[in-house]
Amino acid sequence: MADVKFTVDGKQLTAPAGTLLIDACRKAGIEIPAFCYYPGLSLQAACRMCLVRQEKVPKLQTACTTQVAEGQVFLTDTDEIKQARKSTLQLLLGNHPLDCPVCDAGGECELQDMTFKYGAADSFYAEAKQHREEQQWSPAVYFDRPRCILCYRCVRMCGEGMDVWALGVQNRGVTSVIAPNATNDAGEAKLDCEECGMCIDACPVGALTSGAYRYKTRPWEMNHVGTICTHCGDGCKTTLGVRRADEGMEIVRGDNRDKSGINGDFLCNKGRYGFDFANSSERIRQPLLRQADGTLRPVSWEQALDHAGKRLREIRDTNGGHSIGVIGSNRITNEEAYLLQKFARTVLGTNNIDHHRTADYMGFAQALTGTSGKTASLRATQSSPAILVIGGDPTEQHPALAWNLRTNVRLNQARLYIANHERIKLRRQAKKFVEISHFGYGPLANYLAGDDAAASAIGASTAALDELRQSLQNEAELVVLISSTDIRGAALDAMVKFTVQHPNAKIALLSDYVNSRGAADMGLLPDALPGYTPWMQRSHFLQEYGSTLPAEPGLNLLEMFDAADAGHLKAMYVVGANPMARYNIAPEKLRGTFLIVQDMFLTETAKLAEIVLPAANLYEKSGTVTNSYGDLQLVKKAGDCAGVRSDLELIIRIADRMGAEIGKLVHFGSGGHADMGQSRGAESGEADRHAVWLAANHLEPKLSPFDAFAVLDEIQRLTPGYSMSRMELLAGNEQHVEPRLTQNLLVQIENATQRQDMVLPSGDTLFTSGTLGQYSTSLKELQASHAEEEEPTAAD
Amino acid sequence: MLFRYILGDSPSCRCFAWDKYSIQFYEEFRAQLSVSRKNSKERNTNAEYKLALQQTRITIVIMPRLVSHPEEVKVLSRRFGAGAAELEKYLELDGYKAVQMALAKGADWVIAEMKASGLRGRGGAGFPTGMKWSFVPKQSAKPKYVLVNGDESEPGTCKDHLIFLHDPHAVIEGTMIAGLAIGSKMGFIYLRGEYRYLLNIMEKAVADAYARGFLGKNIFGSGVDFDIVTHTGAGAYEVGEESALMESLEGKRGIPRIKPPFPAVVGLYGGPTVINNAETIATVPHALLMGGEAYAKIGSERNGGTRLFSISGHVERPGVYELPMGYSLRKAIFEVAGGVWKGRALKAVVPGGSSTPVLLPNEIDVGLDFDQMGKAGTMLGSGGIVVCDDQTCMVEFALRTIKFYQHESCGWCIPCREGTDWLKKTLTRFHAGGGVMKDIDNIKYLAENMMGRTFCPLGDAAAMPILGFVKKFRQEFEDHLNGKPCPHALMGEPELAGAH
Repeated sequence: MADVKFTVDGKQLTAPAGTLLIDACRKAGIEIPAFCYYPGLSLQAACRMCLVRQEKVPKLQTACTTQVAEGQVFLTDTDEIKQARKSTLQLLLGNHPLDCPVCDAGGECELQDMTFKYGAADSFYAEAKQHREEQQWSPAVYFDRPRCILCYRCVRMCGEGMDVWALGVQNRGVTSVIAPNATNDAGEAKLDCEECGMCIDACPVGALTSGAYRYKTRPWEMNHVGTICTHCGDGCKTTLGVRRADEGMEIVRGDNRDKSGINGDFLCNKGRYGFDFANSSERIRQPLLRQADGTLRPVSWEQALDHAGKRLREIRDTNGGHSIGVIGSNRITNEEAYLLQKFARTVLGTNNIDHHRTADYMGFAQALTGTSGKTASLRATQSSPAILVIGGDPTEQHPALAWNLRTNVRLNQARLYIANHERIKLRRQAKKFVEISHFGYGPLANYLAGDDAAASAIGASTAALDELRQSLQNEAELVVLISSTDIRGAALDAMVKFTVQHPNAKIALLSDYVNSRGAADMGLLPDALPGYTPWMQRSHFLQEYGSTLPAEPGLNLLEMFDAADAGHLKAMYVVGANPMARYNIAPEKLRGTFLIVQDMFLTETAKLAEIVLPAANLYEKSGTVTNSYGDLQLVKKAGDCAGVRSDLELIIRIADRMGAEIGKLVHFGSGGHADMGQSRGAESGEADRHAVWLAANHLEPKLSPFDAFAVLDEIQRLTPGYSMSRMELLAGNEQHVEPRLTQNLLVQIENATQRQDMVLPSGDTLFTSGTLGQYSTSLKELQASHAEEEEPTAAD
Repeated sequence: MLFRYILGDSPSCRCFAWDKYSIQFYEEFRAQLSVSRKNSKERNTNAEYKLALQQTRITIVIMPRLVSHPEEVKVLSRRFGAGAAELEKYLELDGYKAVQMALAKGADWVIAEMKASGLRGRGGAGFPTGMKWSFVPKQSAKPKYVLVNGDESEPGTCKDHLIFLHDPHAVIEGTMIAGLAIGSKMGFIYLRGEYRYLLNIMEKAVADAYARGFLGKNIFGSGVDFDIVTHTGAGAYEVGEESALMESLEGKRGIPRIKPPFPAVVGLYGGPTVINNAETIATVPHALLMGGEAYAKIGSERNGGTRLFSISGHVERPGVYELPMGYSLRKAIFEVAGGVWKGRALKAVVPGGSSTPVLLPNEIDVGLDFDQMGKAGTMLGSGGIVVCDDQTCMVEFALRTIKFYQHESCGWCIPCREGTDWLKKTLTRFHAGGGVMKDIDNIKYLAENMMGRTFCPLGDAAAMPILGFVKKFRQEFEDHLNGKPCPHALMGEPELAGAH
């Protein structure tokens, strides 16, 4: 679109023809107030706050519906306009209850802000206000009807944005109300929806409020920390509101006020409400040691760490490193995962390292050998003109992806192609939806990669398949998303092949949990070092890690338990994982094994341990995580809980008690002293620019081994594919990382190790999140309230 | 509830003259509904009311007595009372001739004739019909539609009611001609929900036309197809606004659309649409039959033809009269409608439906056409002339007016939704004697801040009359201040006109 020049308040502005005046003004720093306007949702022109005066037009025009054209002249700040805005506010405040002292939105309310600005706080009405009763629509959503200003943002957000359509308007005129789509047994209004809480975010006043946060605190009593949600593999930015509490910093709220992340406007119920596991009373806050009588008792840190170090050292020196197994986590940071495998390989001397794999990233990396720039970031799904989704159910498992796809289709007319054995909800946005059989994924991958004979085994008509493949090949730009639940092994190879063959396609392998990808990238694998470097190419790391690096590949997770059962594995170190429950392993297998578990809760695995160390969760530590797509983002410490330590610290302390040289484990102490005496401490999640600059230029001294950035330095240096701009990362932007293998050795690896398909997807839904979710009261409440529902109503 | 809308409290209830049978029925009905005067809070709990409501759910077809006056120029209404709802009768009375002319002579001829006729929209906006039709693009990817706006809801207006009752085929024929002019194959006739009892008549007329091959495939053997669908609303004034009408027809809430784009370009189901008032559409065949120029000669400059005026209120002979455009308002009241009743004096006239500013007795020497009324500071509107005698309380009139708009506000935009409600509440208290001087300023402030700020003209339609009343009857407002009883408080039930 050609640019046009127009004038606003005497200032000449330039914008592409057809831009909405309100957007153009806001970009230029001219404030245009609006309640009902919300970028990305359909226009309303209902609130009349954005009225401006256009020259030669008799009536005031709404800036939200005016498209700029050459030579137009606008005035936005005249007395007439101020009076118009003031009277609109007076009318709104006429029926608005004076709830500010108790309303959750107080201090963050757009109506308050505008009233302060336009001075409409005087009332001259003598009659009673329209009052309607407050309602609770779900455990998470409260509706204070009297406060609603009928801007209809929630209706559009739920409908257009989420494609759930659970909210609508009832009645007419001044009796209009927003109403949800269901009623409970008592006949009260109830929401039957995905509980994403986007309506609460969108509401400019305190009409829609969060049940998890209601009446807890005031916004100015909290610090806001922007970090990454700990639940699914999308890696959304979530802003946590933390407040000082008796035992540290308590997280009281999660929302998406930041909006600069790869999730844009969106945040699902897990990112929003699923933080309360951090405040659970079931958290372990003291190290536990199993006593002679078989019970676990709290002991001091000294005792616990000494015991751990001593026993591990004994077992290593007596039976060799290969008698020790390490199980890592897909919820710890990259730095912790990296350090864990380095500790295992250099201090324990073992390659028996694994984690709960939710995708075969090793196979993925090997299939991408020799390519570069072929992996898609999550941001690409917001703008790519064509997207192919095979398998999975993004609405349930990757809500931010589902949001991006819906928004892309709605606003950019993107073409969405879906192949699935279930009629997933996202098919409603698809240009082509091909239903295949449950076993048709492998053949489908082969078919797309060029094997015509595979068409018969897919379970869909040849015509439909041909049309699909043809359309995909005709797309100038394509993003391919494959779900690890349904695409494995040879099928994975075929899909990568299809992507690489296409002139302009990128691919991403969807996995679960915040750092599944990071765990694999960092080498929590028995046969691979960081960056998927196969163990036989360990020379790359030899210099750094030293000769203790084992020469043979190790045991995978299941093999470790078998080895323990057979008496070969004498010790196991489990960090943030619960394999006994997840893999349904018989506890007897560990009867002869010395078990150390680092976790937040007394899980099924922790209950069997000899030593339990209380660990911090992702919201209580700093570092980085990588989402399914390869977007690496900064995690910032928000909450704090007395008695727990980060996994990073615990690994180092155990290494220390084993007599290892910490200076080799973590290269700390470098970096010059550069305190320039400038004030630090950013408010509300903003990046502290000065601190960012210092850190990016390595002027922040890493004086402690517990500094995650010291580990990140090494990761960046050694891991193929992990070079990135530290400045960008610290400023809050994601960095895209991808595997950079030069030799495809997968066949050799498979021959040498009888490599098994160890992928076990989480099978999570919107209201579950592995073991972690079981300790979140919010998630359990939401799950219970949806227990009786069958299919979500909007899917049909 | 049927009677409430047609009769109710508004002065337009005196628009119909009843025959004796309907009056008797009405009296019995009123006796049953003696509880209807209670306010809305009690209604829901009042068992008698509920029972009466159940008993009234029968379809009543009211056949008001038609009135006439020698001053009338009967173009549109010449078939009224002649049984033209029957197809045979309609054909006898020159029915379906105009559409055949249009088929023969083509769209361009039709549009030229309509432009020459000077016919302007009879719904209230007064937009030249020929020009409106010419805005529709010739080529269109989406189907084009004709939409007849039969959502006659402007208080004081009851003219389209008679057209649907007496001459439904004229509406059908006009729709077809409009369709031919713009290249549309489909027309929708939308009746207001309260006219549900007229739907049978309209549907029968449409069915008869289909049976005769006048509608459907290959109409009149011409090779052209045309279909008509009838539809009713559900009781909202706002859907008289053309874009809200389209929304309602599409099955959505009756909220107007953002304009641009305008219906002629993006209308019903996204296709180019022409929306005309029922009276306008029913005039189209007559205008073509007599020729555009001839039609334009009747009436005044740039306001060709005649229109139906619904004269109601405190007059001797209320009713619907067809008068040439530009006819003197004074003559319409004092000659055609027989002057103010009971020998009383004139106090105020609302000339074009409740949205139009009120005129004082010394302001009624004005011609009833769009331009002259505009110059006089009011509007021709829908031609619903409401006459008030000197015993009318203008504050109560203002209150009754704002009650209507508050009830009918669609609720979409803040100034109208909240403004009409606060105006209603303030005026209610004010009329009951609880007002202070400052309230008059507040009423003005509220109304002034609604003007020009709303999403659709309903906000202006609500605010303008209030401003008019306050300005022209300031003294009356002041007479209600500080607890003084209303000087014109009505005693007992208003009498029905013509109930002799």
